[in-house]
Amino acid sequence: MSSPRSRKAAAGLLGAPRFALNSDVAWGIFFLIPYLAIFALFVVYPIGYAAWLAASPASYVRLFEDPIYWRTAWNTLVFLIVGVNLKMILALFLSGFFALPYLWVRIVGALFILPWAVPHIPSILSIRWMLNSEWGMINVLLFDMLGIIGPNWLTDPRYGLGAIIAVHVWKYLPFWTMILVAGRMAIPRDLYEAAMIDGATPSQRFRYVTFPQLRALFLTSTMLTTIWSLGDFNSVYLLTGGGPADRTNTLATMGIRYAFRQADFEAGIVTMVSALPILIPLVILLTRRLAGSTRRR
Amino acid sequence: MTRSVPQLIGLALVAIAVLVWTLLPLYHMVVLSLTPINAAFAGRLWPDAPTIANYGIIFRQENHYLGRFWRQLWNSVFAAGMSCVLVLIVATMASYAIGRLKLWFGPLVTNLSLITYLIPAAFLAIPFYQVMANYNLLDSIWGLVFAVVTFTTPYAIWVLRNYADSVPYELDEAAMVDGATPWQIFRLIYLPLIRPAMLAVGTFALLHAWNEYLYAFLILSNESRLTLTVTLGLFRSDDSAPWPLLMAVGVLYSIPPAALYFAVRKYMVTGLTAGGVKD
Repeated sequence: MSSPRSRKAAAGLLGAPRFALNSDVAWGIFFLIPYLAIFALFVVYPIGYAAWLAASPASYVRLFEDPIYWRTAWNTLVFLIVGVNLKMILALFLSGFFALPYLWVRIVGALFILPWAVPHIPSILSIRWMLNSEWGMINVLLFDMLGIIGPNWLTDPRYGLGAIIAVHVWKYLPFWTMILVAGRMAIPRDLYEAAMIDGATPSQRFRYVTFPQLRALFLTSTMLTTIWSLGDFNSVYLLTGGGPADRTNTLATMGIRYAFRQADFEAGIVTMVSALPILIPLVILLTRRLAGSTRRR
Repeated sequence: MTRSVPQLIGLALVAIAVLVWTLLPLYHMVVLSLTPINAAFAGRLWPDAPTIANYGIIFRQENHYLGRFWRQLWNSVFAAGMSCVLVLIVATMASYAIGRLKLWFGPLVTNLSLITYLIPAAFLAIPFYQVMANYNLLDSIWGLVFAVVTFTTPYAIWVLRNYADSVPYELDEAAMVDGATPWQIFRLIYLPLIRPAMLAVGTFALLHAWNEYLYAFLILSNESRLTLTVTLGLFRSDDSAPWPLLMAVGVLYSIPPAALYFAVRKYMVTGLTAGGVKD
């Protein structure tokens, strides 16, 4: 590597820019300029603008007087608690299945990832049509096979939120399952062998080997998906559009609705800001966890 | 490990449940795309008279919903390609600066980008829209490209940086002893060695831009500037629109990302676990 020949090759191949940069700091700034420009123009400025718009206490009072807002906040909480837990527990369970060393399991796994690989728009709209109470495939099948008249999945607010959670789980379960499969694969085999020699039952192996080894990954994943579920606009907007009568909105769709349907940007931003008590602690915790995991390496 | 027959039956039942749950909406999309437009309301598991005529109508742009199909398909391709290139340029450079040059402000930049990675994009949509108006980027495909770059780059930096940790730093040092500038090290040593992670990150950016709905729908408005996702979204509020055509476009629109995903699956999984959530 240190022969003069390679140096000449390195210099000759490149026509390297002859900037008058000689310190590491100057080079660092050079390499960071594109990212810092994007960050300043499209992250700092919008956030500063939002903070400026959201500064007036009167706008919060106005928002909190809107009963739709409280309905929305409640929906968001239900969506997060039910949606995230359902998804992560199913992912933990299914990751055990997909970690099995059979070819056919791997084929099922390849098909299972499809909802995540396919664009949201057509697949969620497909589900929307399927769930139509009059002509959708689900209710037609229910009637033809069981003689049941299916409910109004999307136009009855009791079912609407359930349908939204189902779509969300359908879309994001594969991703988190695969993450946990990768986590299971990284558990050293000899831990299991030792447990087998000690005569551990499958449930004991899960409790004393698998879960302790997966716990950190599972926790990080759950926090990450909580944040991203908070921002899941598509599952709500494309399925029910927040309807009927704005009763199935979450904060993400309601904010957009205030801002662009009712042309009330202040209410829209304040709606988003009202999620910060959940968002900020999670972001701080996760930044520490993720940055810490890099430093250790 | 051998398994008993009841255990295998149990596993098979799990597999069947998983497959029905996963594939039914996609199967429904395909079936509806093969259904004549006037039979869309039958809700059949298989249409009485399947047809591929819907695809012909789309290709010839014969329906007013899809009057600019080819133009909008091109817009989607353009946005995806540009986002991919820009994310790769910005993220490889930034990841090199953070991971390879020992800078006192490196950890600060890492934290800033991590925070951006964690904020849900939907929460920034309203001020982002206003700012785009100030930059005169509303109703421009570049507005969409910058939105995707903004929200994809932090993740890309994160994945590249973690991957680069596995590349021995001694190579850089040897090159420095030889008098190579950081730019030469970046071009000749760093980029070739992180290529697998670049593949994962580039694919991620491509898929993200191809699938983006919210920002596309807020930023773009002129019919000839929309991406196909926005056009598909227009059907949402209209049950009398020709949904079999919508589903046929959906099938066409889903094939490239799914194929791409399977082609680079190995790299994606490595990248995602290295970057996403590895603890």
